[in-house]
Order: sequence, then C-alpha cells, then structure tokens
Amino acid sequence: MSVLVVLEQRGGKWNRQSFEALAVGQRMAEAASTNLQAVAMGGSVDALAREAAAYGADKVIALEHPLLNEYTPDGYTAALEQLIRDINPTTVVFPHTYQVRDFGPKLATRLGQPFVSDVVDIRVESGHPVFVRQLFQGKMNADVEGAGAPALLSVQAGAFRAAQAGSSASPIERFEAKIDPGQVRSRPEAPFREGQRSIDLGAAEMIVSVGRGIGEKENLGLVEQLAEALGAELAASRPICDSGWLPMERQVGSSGQTVSPKVYVAVGISGAIQHLVGMKGSKTVVAINKDESAPIFESADYGIVGDLFEVLPALIEEIKKVKA
Amino acid sequence: MKIIVSVKQVPARDSALRVNDDGSWLDQSDLTYEMNEPDAYALEEALQLKEKLGGEVVVLCAGPQRVQQTIREALAKGADRAIHVEMDEGAYGDALAVGRILANALQPESPDLVLTGLQSDDMGYGQTGVILAELLGYAHATIVMEVEPAGDSVRVKRELEDGWYQNVVLPLPAVLTIQSGIKKLRYATLMGIKKAKAKEIRVISAARVEAGTSIERVYLPQKSKQSQIFSGEPKQAAQQLVEKLRFEARVL
Ligand SMILES: Cc1cc2nc3c(=O)[nH]c(=O)nc-3n(C[C@H](O)[C@H](O)[C@H](O)COP(=O)(O)OP(=O)(O)OC[C@H]3O[C@@H](n4cnc5c(N)ncnc54)[C@H](O)[C@@H]3O)c2cc1C
Ligand SMILES: Nc1ncnc2c1ncn2[C@@H]1O[C@H](COP(=O)(O)O)[C@@H](O)[C@H]1O
Repeated sequence: MSVLVVLEQRGGKWNRQSFEALAVGQRMAEAASTNLQAVAMGGSVDALAREAAAYGADKVIALEHPLLNEYTPDGYTAALEQLIRDINPTTVVFPHTYQVRDFGPKLATRLGQPFVSDVVDIRVESGHPVFVRQLFQGKMNADVEGAGAPALLSVQAGAFRAAQAGSSASPIERFEAKIDPGQVRSRPEAPFREGQRSIDLGAAEMIVSVGRGIGEKENLGLVEQLAEALGAELAASRPICDSGWLPMERQVGSSGQTVSPKVYVAVGISGAIQHLVGMKGSKTVVAINKDESAPIFESADYGIVGDLFEVLPALIEEIKKVKA
Repeated sequence: MKIIVSVKQVPARDSALRVNDDGSWLDQSDLTYEMNEPDAYALEEALQLKEKLGGEVVVLCAGPQRVQQTIREALAKGADRAIHVEMDEGAYGDALAVGRILANALQPESPDLVLTGLQSDDMGYGQTGVILAELLGYAHATIVMEVEPAGDSVRVKRELEDGWYQNVVLPLPAVLTIQSGIKKLRYATLMGIKKAKAKEIRVISAARVEAGTSIERVYLPQKSKQSQIFSGEPKQAAQQLVEKLRFEARVL
C-alpha cells in the first residue's frame, strides 16, 4: 500500500508542478497512513532522482529506459503501467501538465480506471477522498467521488503549495521496465519556438490585458487608450490572438507568456485557468467584467462589475485626471 | 480519407449557470446550447482535409434529443452524415464512461482519422480523445495545431507549454485532439442548411456502461482572495478604483 507521485521533467530539469503533485501525494499518504513513493522517469535520471530524494518521499523510483529519452504516450504508458501493476498503489498523483493530458487518460484507460483530471482540492470524508474539480472553465465546482483503486488524479497548476526540499535524502530504487520499440508508434521531432519575441511582457511593470469581452477588433482602440493612460503594455487572452486581432506574442497564459507586473488589468477576460497561470504572479490584479460571477474576480484585488464600454471611458478619464 | 469528428453540445458560453434544487447538477431550464468551441475547429479541420484529399466527414455526437440542432449545424457546414448516440440529460459519470459509449459507436466505422476537441467547455476533462485512442488501439496526439496527412501516416504540430511546439509523425488510423483557433471557421451557407435537411443522422442508443466516479454535488466556487468589487455607476466605480490604486496599492 502506497501513494505514488509521477514527477515530470523535461531536458533534465524538474517541472515545478511536480512538487505540487508531490505535496498532494504527501497529504494523501498521511491521511491513509501509507508510504509515499515518487517516480523519476526518462532516458537517464540519476541526477534528477537524487534531487527529488530531498523532497520527503519514503522512496524515489528511478525508471530509466532508452525509449523514455524522448516523451511518447506509448512509451510512458507502457512503463508506468508496469510500475503501477508492480507496486499496486492506492493512489497515483500527477501534475496536470500538457504532457500528463497527453498520456494520463491513456494510462488510466489501460488500467480500466477513470482519470480524475485537474483537481483543485481534496477533502477526506469518512475515510474516502472527495476530489474537487472545476466545471465550465472555473465557473462551477464539482465534488467527485468513487475514484476506486488505484485512484488516478492530476492536480491543477498552482492549486496546492509545492513540497519543499529538506536535508534528508530518501532511498533511490531502480525499476526495470520492458518496452519494445515496436510499441512506440509516434515519432516526435525536436521541440521548437516560433520566431523571436519582439516584446518581453515578462518585464512589463503594468499590463492592460484584453479578452473576448471586447467584442470586435474595431473596439481595441478603447483598451489601447487605457494602456496609454496608464503607461502599460497591451496583452490579451488567447482568443484575441487566435483571431489575429493582436499578435501571438502578446498572449498571456499557459501557451503564451508568463507575466508578473505590478498591476495587471484584465478587461473582458473570464479567467479560465489557462489564462490565470500566466498572470497569477501579478502583484495587483484589477478585473473589469460585466458578469459578477466571472472566475477572474476570484483572483482580483479590485474589480469593477460593469460593461467595459461604459467603464473604460470613465476610468481613462479618472486616470488622466490624477496623472495630470 | 474517412474522418470522424466528435462534436459535443455544451451550454452557451454566456449562459447564467444555476445549481438545481438538490445541488446535484445544473438547473437546465433556462440554458441555451452551442457547439463546444474546439469541436468547431476540429470540424473545420476535417472539412478542409476532405476538400484537399476527398473522402467523407462523419459527425459523432452523444447526448439528448436537443443535440440534433448542433448535429444539423455541422451537417450544414458540410459534414456528410452523422451518428447521434442518444443519452439522457445530466452529467454522465466520467470521461471513461462517455469514451466507451463513443468508442462503441465509432468502432464499426473504421475511420482513418478521428478528430475531437481538446477539451469540453462544460466538463473540462480534456480526456475523451485520448481515451478513444486507447480503446480503439489507435495512435494519438493532443493539442494539435496543424494536420498534414502523408500516405498512411500523419504529421501534426503539437502545442507544448510556454510557446513551444513539436512536430510528431503518427501512423494512421489516429486520434487527434484539436486546439481552438487553428483555422478560420466557416459559416453555414443557406444552400448548406438546405442540403443538411436531406443528410442522414443515424440515431443509436447508448451502450450501457458503468461509470467509475460520480459527481456528488456542484456548487459555486468560494472566493479565495479578498477582492474589493465596485459595482455602482461606471463613473463612481472608476473613481473608487483609481483611489484604491493610488493610495492602497500605490501604483498610480
Ligand atoms: C490547452 C489549453 C491552452 C490554453 N492556453 C491559453 C492561454 O495561454 N491564454 C489564454 O488566455 N487562454 C488559453 N486557453 C483558453 C482558455 O481556456 C479560455 O478559453 C480563454 O482564456 C478565454 O478567453 P476570454 O476570457 O478572453 O474569453 P471568454 O471566456 O469568452 O470571456 C469573455 C469575458 O468577457 C466578459 N464580457 C463580455 N462582454 C463584456 C462587456 N461588454 N463588458 C465587460 N465584460 C464583458 C464576459 O462576461 C466573459 O467573462 C487555453 C485552453 C486550453 C485548453
Ligand atoms: N457527448 C459527447 N459527444 C461527442 N463528443 C464528445 C462528447 N463528450 C466529449 N466529446 C469529445 O471529446 C472532446 C473532449 O471532451 P472532454 O474529454 O470532456 O474534455 C470534446 O471536445 C468532444 O470532441
């Protein structure tokens, strides 16, 4: 009996979300009085496993195979299926990363289990875990029960505080997985980035960010005026960049830039998690949205509930007044 | 090339969401519905592939009677025919249960390519396409931005985090989960809407599958951060905000 945490690395560096998953694993192992194991997987993971050994697991498993050097859903699923069948954990915790989205449901299906994805909170009620997931892009929460054993879950970025490295080191154990080259069907090429970014939003002190609430490209002038009045950089949610209304390099979020300005003004942005992960490091968040239940208000220090087409002109005027 | 596109009908993005009386699910009485956004892009990709390579686009949609409106929309945009798997209203356990239902309907079709959206706007599992691939024994790729078939394989551009991408080559048949925004969406033409009336929608009843997990309760999220919200007259709210930004946050 144990709780297993699947850590994620790329290019020999741990993804920080791994340690959030580890913290969740710790909590679940304590609640069930079982031990905690963490698995480091890849082509060669010696250094990574040693690093992970400082984070308080009872054991770190080094799962190495030449076919795990590059991530493929077939390779990862095959290797983890063998490990899970071997150690038979009660719970397996993953970080909810793009990579886990790619193989987690496959692995769970192979094991005949549901995958409780993108969990934001966990309660234990009469000995059973209740997993909280978001529905409707964060507008609603749901309590999910009956995940069975092993319960397979992934945790949302930023929903849990990450485990911290300590001074003691857990033992490291190797696990031999058998993967046949014929099992791995996809051929990944080298990851790449598109073009040079000409603006670094990451360094901006103030950002005005616009979302689909702006309605039409022609209306962008209004947010530009706000940005100008504040002396802020202009940024956007994904749909605005998808539509080509602003260049891709101005997109904030999990697939865009990560920003941490002193002030982030979100105009007509609903506050989906993929957007929030890109801006939650902002010192002060201001939200302007006509829907008082928009999730963005949960992350905002200040908010105005109202129609942006009425609020922005008034706000621009006020800012100009105090700056004059 | 035979392409199946799985299309889900979800509550419209601007719906006011209310929990029903016993807190078990939404009050559905005043919801309006639309096609799940990434699924519209999956459909667009399928239609463009067909225009380039020939073949057939089949729409697969599971849900109650009301989803036929979304199916008609897909047919009006140019899909050739549809399979409607009839299911009851409400939340259906988990993604694996829905995946099994869809896989049962899909299996006899033996497609070359299955396109799904990367995530549903309502349940937000982000799983169904991957589950289908595993159940059907197909290769898969998620968060796909470009699709280039070449003989018996397909090369796709996947989105990774932080502005990174990766090309991956997969053997056919394959399942691809499509990201929003990859192509410009078409509108249904009047001609298309007319033609759609004559297209086949095969209705089959859902296979009985047991869900593992269940949704016990839905509720509005609790605010985690202390936010100060101003909701009065725009002018007054703007004044209050600017005052806070000057004297409390000290950023103006
Ligand atoms: C794998 C993946 C990666 C993603 N990556 C990103 C990413 O990097 N960045 C990103 O932003 N998104 C990303 N998304 C998309 C994300 O899930 C949301 O769909 C997106 O952020 C929504 O953008 P939005 O808030 O502008 O639009 P919507 O969700 O449509 O919200 C529009 C908001 O405007 C408000 N509004 C409408 N009219 C007015 C008005 N007149 N006045 C005031 N308010 C008004 C509405 O109340 C609503 O809250 C990703 C999704 C996935 C699945
Ligand atoms: N009931 C359904 N009918 C048709 N397609 C579905 C259904 N549920 C999910 N899908 C497909 O699976 C994708 C991912 O959904 P999900 O796993 O719920 O996030 C959606 O974008 C759809 O393409």
